[in-house]
Amino acid sequence: MRYVDEFRDSELTKILVDRIHRVTKHPWVIMEICGGQTHSILQNGIDQLLPKEIELVHGPGCPVCVTSLELVDKALAIAAMPNVIFCSFGDMLRVPGSGKDLFSVRASGGQVRIVYSPLDAVKIAQANPDKEVVFFAIGFETTGPANAMSVIQAKALGIKNFSVLVSQVTVPPAMHVILGSPQNRVQGFLAAGHVCAVMGYWEYPPIAEKYQIPIVVTGFEPIDLLKGILVTVEQLEKGSHIVENAYTRVVSYEGNQPAQTILKKVFEPCDRNWRGIGLIPNSGWKLRPEFANYDAELKFKVSDIHTQESPICISGQILQGRKKPPQCPAFGAQCTPEYPLGATMVSSEGTCAAYYRYAREEMSS
Amino acid sequence: MSETASVTMEGPVCPLPLHHHTQIVMGHGSGGRMTQELIQEVFMPYFSNPALLEGNDFANLLAPITDARHIAVSTDSHIVFPLIFPGGDIGRLAVCGTVNDVAMSGAIPAALTAGFILEEGLSIDLLKQIVRSMAMASEEAGVAIVAGDTKVVERGKADGLFINTTGFGWVPDGLQIGGQFAKPGDAVLISGTIGDHGIAVLTARGDLGFETEIVSDVAPLNLLIEAVVAEIPKVHVLRDPTRGGLATTLNEIATQSDVNITIEENSIPIRPAVATACEMLGFDPLYVANEGKVIVILPEDKAELALQILRKQKYGENATLIGHVYEKPKSRVLLRTRLGTTRLLDVLAGEMLPRIC
Repeated sequence: MRYVDEFRDSELTKILVDRIHRVTKHPWVIMEICGGQTHSILQNGIDQLLPKEIELVHGPGCPVCVTSLELVDKALAIAAMPNVIFCSFGDMLRVPGSGKDLFSVRASGGQVRIVYSPLDAVKIAQANPDKEVVFFAIGFETTGPANAMSVIQAKALGIKNFSVLVSQVTVPPAMHVILGSPQNRVQGFLAAGHVCAVMGYWEYPPIAEKYQIPIVVTGFEPIDLLKGILVTVEQLEKGSHIVENAYTRVVSYEGNQPAQTILKKVFEPCDRNWRGIGLIPNSGWKLRPEFANYDAELKFKVSDIHTQESPICISGQILQGRKKPPQCPAFGAQCTPEYPLGATMVSSEGTCAAYYRYAREEMSS
Repeated sequence: MSETASVTMEGPVCPLPLHHHTQIVMGHGSGGRMTQELIQEVFMPYFSNPALLEGNDFANLLAPITDARHIAVSTDSHIVFPLIFPGGDIGRLAVCGTVNDVAMSGAIPAALTAGFILEEGLSIDLLKQIVRSMAMASEEAGVAIVAGDTKVVERGKADGLFINTTGFGWVPDGLQIGGQFAKPGDAVLISGTIGDHGIAVLTARGDLGFETEIVSDVAPLNLLIEAVVAEIPKVHVLRDPTRGGLATTLNEIATQSDVNITIEENSIPIRPAVATACEMLGFDPLYVANEGKVIVILPEDKAELALQILRKQKYGENATLIGHVYEKPKSRVLLRTRLGTTRLLDVLAGEMLPRIC
């Protein structure tokens, strides 16, 4: 496959791995932000190739994982309403709320549909004028532009039976939370390549400066990840702490300007509750007042949401890189992808799911 | 009450008899004249064979002259949306699925039965097309459909058409083939490219926003298997990696045989179009369904011969050695990645879901 195979090349991998081994003199803890990166690291066994001094810890960048339980429960309540067609990305259907998930809502008669793009949900609204169509607009900066576009399109087409349940979150505030914590272990960041493809990396220099930490924009294929790790280790060994781009074929400093314009037009910053972490000020987006007609939370006024998390799940500490899945007493025992206790096990990009799927062998040996 | 209902349905109050030739109505499942008409016009022209033509509620078959003492039996209910997809349809799927399941024991499939559940409103032309496709697949496999049944359910109570097929065959004496017989030292072969069926059906649903040239691999594998087993009776395992794909099926075998199976990522045959579609959707082709592929596990010293035989057969042209069986870690499947690292290849937890970003 062109433009993919080149970045999985085993010869080039060897060269990069050798260089990382030569450069590394001290132990370092590096966090990859994005769940897609965690998934790729374990899928390709990148961690097995690194010197023992380098420890990779896994960040909070899985949108399915961090969507607050309250919003998941609201989604379940709206999806169960008789006149609603509830549309969602596929990943979200298995996320457990306080008692059930969207699959069980569907089994009980709720109309829940998987869509591949938020714009498909707008089409469903157009085709079903007698129904209320709700799209679960979750995600980081990556999904934001397409989610915003669905609202713009619905408004332009005069569609009134479409609304979005917004759970947009942003990366930089989460980095502040992780780095500002007294228990922080992270010494270098691999920034999430696709988030930066939209936003650029102009937001990161103040963070690198404040916490004296290297931040390297990194992609998802093995070569991209190894390059990001190499650049980070080089900085750590030199004592440098700047923002560098190791994903230049996709990311520019300014990012995708039209996408940022759409984001600003539709959304405004707000505080967001992150599942497992808690409230992070200014860490998300909500619809601007002029798009209030498309806000599912206002339209359906779901109240009486009483959330209840599993008392043993440690996904919050996992999302901040403080603990790894095998340190959880429930991992692989009470908590499996079939019966997940917390969101890090349920999403394919969640750290626990990735450990369970690719690396369980190491755990049991 | 029920009499009144049947009166309005069959329509004797109507001055002229109604003929329903374009779509299935409840009367086609009544067991009466309309059912007979449906059988005569739709099924008989395609499924005609001596056992069926006798017109009994059973098929009276001649036992083959063989010293075989074992019968292999398998049943499968087929549901698929859409009913017709690139490379096949529910009819071909129903015939091939059961022929293949019987053949995976090393048996020579002898006959099939077919049970149809039709939804009121189903187009009779579509039904004819599917029945014709079943007949073609049955002829290709050389396995006749000797008994059948038709029921009709009200509109909304089925997805157009469901087909159950049951098949049986005689297992030649001396064969010992099954998922529990993989042994350390065995080689693992796959008869061709993986993931074609699952991606073909998914794209045929039309909601991906892109089209591909991928066609389903649905095919009868009994002749290919017969060719291998005739030359190499010491084959240990034959299994078709259908639902759950290659990874799930290998896990079943590793658990049944209590062995480790390690496969090489680089050697697994995948069409570029399937790889690309999976990449875009966040699917792993190792978990995508196949309907015309077989995993062959046999002693390493027979692997080359088996590959030569497979590659000469229709549906075996791309046969490849993909891995080996080891003693430990027991009941686990491992994947050696193209980077030389090793990771667990687990079973799929639930439905494969497209990822978010």
